[in-house]
Amino acid sequence: MDQFHLFPPQASSTAYGVDTLFFVLTLISLFFIAVVFLPILFFCIKYRRGSSADRSNPSNGSNAVEVGWTTLPMLMGLALFSWGAVDYFRLERRPGNAIDVEVVGKQWMWKVQHAEGKREINELHVPINRTVALTMISQDVIHSFFVPAFRVKQDVVPGKYTSEWFKPTRTGEYHIFCSQYCGTQHARMIGRVVVMQPQAYENWLKTGEQTESIVRAGERLFHDRGCSGCHAVNSQFHAPLLQGLYRNPVPLANGTVVTADDQYLRDSILQPAKQITAGYDNIMPSFSGHLSEQEIMQLIAYVKAIGQQEPPPR
Amino acid sequence: MISATEIDIQTGGEFARPNYLSEHSVRSWLLTTDHKRIGILYLFTILFFFAIASVAAALMRIELLYPTGGLMTSETYNKLFTIHGTLMVWFFLIPSIPAVLGNFVLPMMLGARDVAFPKLNLTSWYLFVLGGAFATWSLIRGGVDTGWTFYTPYSTTYANSHVISMAAGVFVAGFATIITGINFIVTTHKMRAPGLTWFRLPLFVWSLYATSLMMVLATPVLAMTLGLISLERIWGVGIFDPNLGGDPILFQHMFWFYSHPAVYIMILPGMGVVSELIACFSRKRVYGYGWVACASMAIAILGFLVWGHHMFVSSQSVYAGMIFSALSFLVAVPSGVKVFNWTATLRKGSIHFATPMLYALGFIGLFVIGGLTGLFLATLSVDVHVHDTYFIIAHFHYIMVGGMVTGFMGGLHYWWPKITGRLYPELWGKLAALATFLGFNLTFFPLFVLGYLGQPRRYHVYPPEFQVFHVLSTAGASILGVGYVMPLIYFIWSAKHGRVAGPNPWRATGLEWQTSSPPPTHNFKVTPVVTSDPYNYSPEKDADLDLASI
Amino acid sequence: MNTTSNMSVGFVAEQFDDFQQQRGAAQFGMWIFLATEVLFFGGLFLAYTVFRSLYPGDFVAASHHTVVAIGGINTAILLFSSTLMALAVRAAELRNQKQLIRLLVGTAFFGIIFMILKGVEYYKDWNDHLVPVLNFEWHQPNPGHAQIFFWLYFAMTGLHAIHVTVGICIMLVFAVIARTGKFTSGHFTPIEIAGLYWHFVDIVWIFLFPLLYLAGHR
Repeated sequence: MDQFHLFPPQASSTAYGVDTLFFVLTLISLFFIAVVFLPILFFCIKYRRGSSADRSNPSNGSNAVEVGWTTLPMLMGLALFSWGAVDYFRLERRPGNAIDVEVVGKQWMWKVQHAEGKREINELHVPINRTVALTMISQDVIHSFFVPAFRVKQDVVPGKYTSEWFKPTRTGEYHIFCSQYCGTQHARMIGRVVVMQPQAYENWLKTGEQTESIVRAGERLFHDRGCSGCHAVNSQFHAPLLQGLYRNPVPLANGTVVTADDQYLRDSILQPAKQITAGYDNIMPSFSGHLSEQEIMQLIAYVKAIGQQEPPPR
Repeated sequence: MISATEIDIQTGGEFARPNYLSEHSVRSWLLTTDHKRIGILYLFTILFFFAIASVAAALMRIELLYPTGGLMTSETYNKLFTIHGTLMVWFFLIPSIPAVLGNFVLPMMLGARDVAFPKLNLTSWYLFVLGGAFATWSLIRGGVDTGWTFYTPYSTTYANSHVISMAAGVFVAGFATIITGINFIVTTHKMRAPGLTWFRLPLFVWSLYATSLMMVLATPVLAMTLGLISLERIWGVGIFDPNLGGDPILFQHMFWFYSHPAVYIMILPGMGVVSELIACFSRKRVYGYGWVACASMAIAILGFLVWGHHMFVSSQSVYAGMIFSALSFLVAVPSGVKVFNWTATLRKGSIHFATPMLYALGFIGLFVIGGLTGLFLATLSVDVHVHDTYFIIAHFHYIMVGGMVTGFMGGLHYWWPKITGRLYPELWGKLAALATFLGFNLTFFPLFVLGYLGQPRRYHVYPPEFQVFHVLSTAGASILGVGYVMPLIYFIWSAKHGRVAGPNPWRATGLEWQTSSPPPTHNFKVTPVVTSDPYNYSPEKDADLDLASI
Repeated sequence: MNTTSNMSVGFVAEQFDDFQQQRGAAQFGMWIFLATEVLFFGGLFLAYTVFRSLYPGDFVAASHHTVVAIGGINTAILLFSSTLMALAVRAAELRNQKQLIRLLVGTAFFGIIFMILKGVEYYKDWNDHLVPVLNFEWHQPNPGHAQIFFWLYFAMTGLHAIHVTVGICIMLVFAVIARTGKFTSGHFTPIEIAGLYWHFVDIVWIFLFPLLYLAGHR
């Protein structure tokens, strides 16, 4: 981690693609630099004041030439745009079958929780050659989760889940930086990613005190905070059942239909009146201020888990 | 053209009196409505803020010599980069070429006696000073630590510094900018000399016109945005606070809707100056004049459509990101057209390496690097990596300092004989131009490497492996500093002791050179009549021309 | 124009060649200024659009609490004052001093009526506990969203009211100056410019009225 480099280590599947495009851009830049600087140098010498160069019939412009050097860079630009856009699109789409890790940013630390329940601060242990997907949220200002060795970065925004994924390809330790200015100790909101061999990772998960998994913690909260009092088959209150809900369409009272994703679940817990499910009354109290960001994530993880189940008959 | 062109500038002699500088009382300066005097008032004011912001930059560069910092606390460093950013952007760069050189030469280039609304022009300066006073007040009370970008919810809810007075300063200075913009647009439309058709306008006028359009249409959005931030700090209704149902990303959209056009406000005038310099010192008509003029307008229009490229990792929609990326590549095209045309202008010219020309060539070099690295940032997947790192710091300093400040220095040297009636010492001028070019590259080129390595911006402590690049940069900054102090000294010296320049030391063709130096209060004794295209130089005839000062 | 060609140039500022150039510059300058104003208000309109699309139901519910009658009467008043303003410009061109003064005062008068009604409305809003932060109470779902609506309501109508106040001051000052006969001796440009401004203030209201008042009243 602490050695001098001219180029950052390539430690993820994304890094190769980004670096390739970076080199292509560098070559194109060098080409344009040559195209501009060499003629300037040549003209400056040849047509310096007092030289005997031929200055007769100077051209004041030609539309053909102008159209040429307008069109060519434009086409080149569109090609570069497409290349970058394709890679970006891939980077922005969260792949399935990933190791889920939940990250909460706050002034000035990163709080990480693995699906198995293991927690860490300013560190992230991951196995090599497995896709890792982070679900991130901030509990105060905007931060940004940046791992230069993986060439990934995503702002971590309050009130809104963002995600970021990577597939480490090389073991070792790499920097985590907060790259969005977040206040006094912004420069110290740093950490490290530790990429491990799968076996070492499994062993690491088992070290330390035993914790319950995120889903288990969510289930416990679901009962302790009284969610199960209403969202259950035999409840006396008329509330939507949550089995089979996740990632499925939900018809709303105002006639629109939304997909029950993480953001929808979060909003439903904190601002229940915002999106009322069709056929139900607006009776749920807001849990805003009563749950920490990590607890909300645990609840959502539980709803996600029961989302795989068939909805029970009423 | 009128006969003033025929005045033999080689003979020199005493300069014309009375001129716009003849009156000396403080009152005559503070109540002046003369666009030339207002330009000079602006010059002194922006130099004051440039000095403060440069000291902040110097302190930051010294702090960054060591990975562990140690010279100052995090809080001090955060305030320093905020001072540096806000003052440089709003109190130096944006008014630099337009309000100083533009105010001074635009009416003369048009053959007008003054701008359309001289009293508003003076009002603009007073508003600028008032805004500056608010900003200074905010610094005296302890400064601001939000960065010049004022991102919410940090600036609205979490920052414990003097955000409101700084926002008020920028708000008020914004109206000074708007007034300047209105004045330039109306003056260009309504007050051109007889025969001065749109496509006979100097390219500097075209670039100021494009700049003014952006000033007039973008600045009010910034004013509203800063107003909303201040009201949020006072009342906390929460329109940017997600806990209360607000949206922090809305702020970014509003801020960059202004601030991206502002980037072009900070480069287009420099491009305009360079077009003048290249033509004059290669004694040649600008190649593809119409294309260069239209490129300014294209940049002004496209400049309004690319703000989202500052937000590729902000959680903005993927599709929005793609549109903004494509448009960003498009906006690079007219900038490229300008560079190609400047290059082609040199062909078959008679090139004089006077100080302003050195700055102009330096501008092209630095602007090309700045512009090309902009393509890296417009490329979506690469931007994800380099966003908010030193790569972007290097990129925009190449544009704003390498471009705009170099253009400003070139223009200042070029019009200095017109402003003061005297020539600066040529040898010192060349040395300063060289020092800034070398110092600038040493300061900022290593930051590209550093940025790709992953060094985030706004860090005052950093991993030790990055140190060598910071040391190079600090070393370069000291050379750059020397390059900026030298002109300050010889300009002051030359205003009193320089050689008398005569009306047209560069034998240039613009209307501003067809009156005496320094010009009389109303610029021209007789309103000039224009009968030919601009840049009517003949390189063949001027092949052996010896300009007065070199 | 015939009325302008044969007049003295005493009021043409020194930077201008003639009256037509001065008048053209002043008008054009005002148009550019109004473009700036559009963008200035535009920031608030953008915020309104974003939040209305985020919270459509809450905005409609909140809009239901605005006093549509006062808003409607105020719309009529502003439109009528704009008519008076247009007539004032005509009077200045025709060099009818008496009528010019009367129409300017009339324009200002209806502006003042507008402001008084606005004040009554704000007072009512205060009593209904609709003022964000200071005394906001909301007994329907999502008080935060309703508060954003009312915050925008006060910001937009407040900014508009500042513009109306400035307009009233201009009209009254010009009415006083008009007594000297300055505007009725050919130098009617300032009246024209003030007219442009007043019509702009009117048009902003035409947009505010449906967005803030009619959204909740179908």
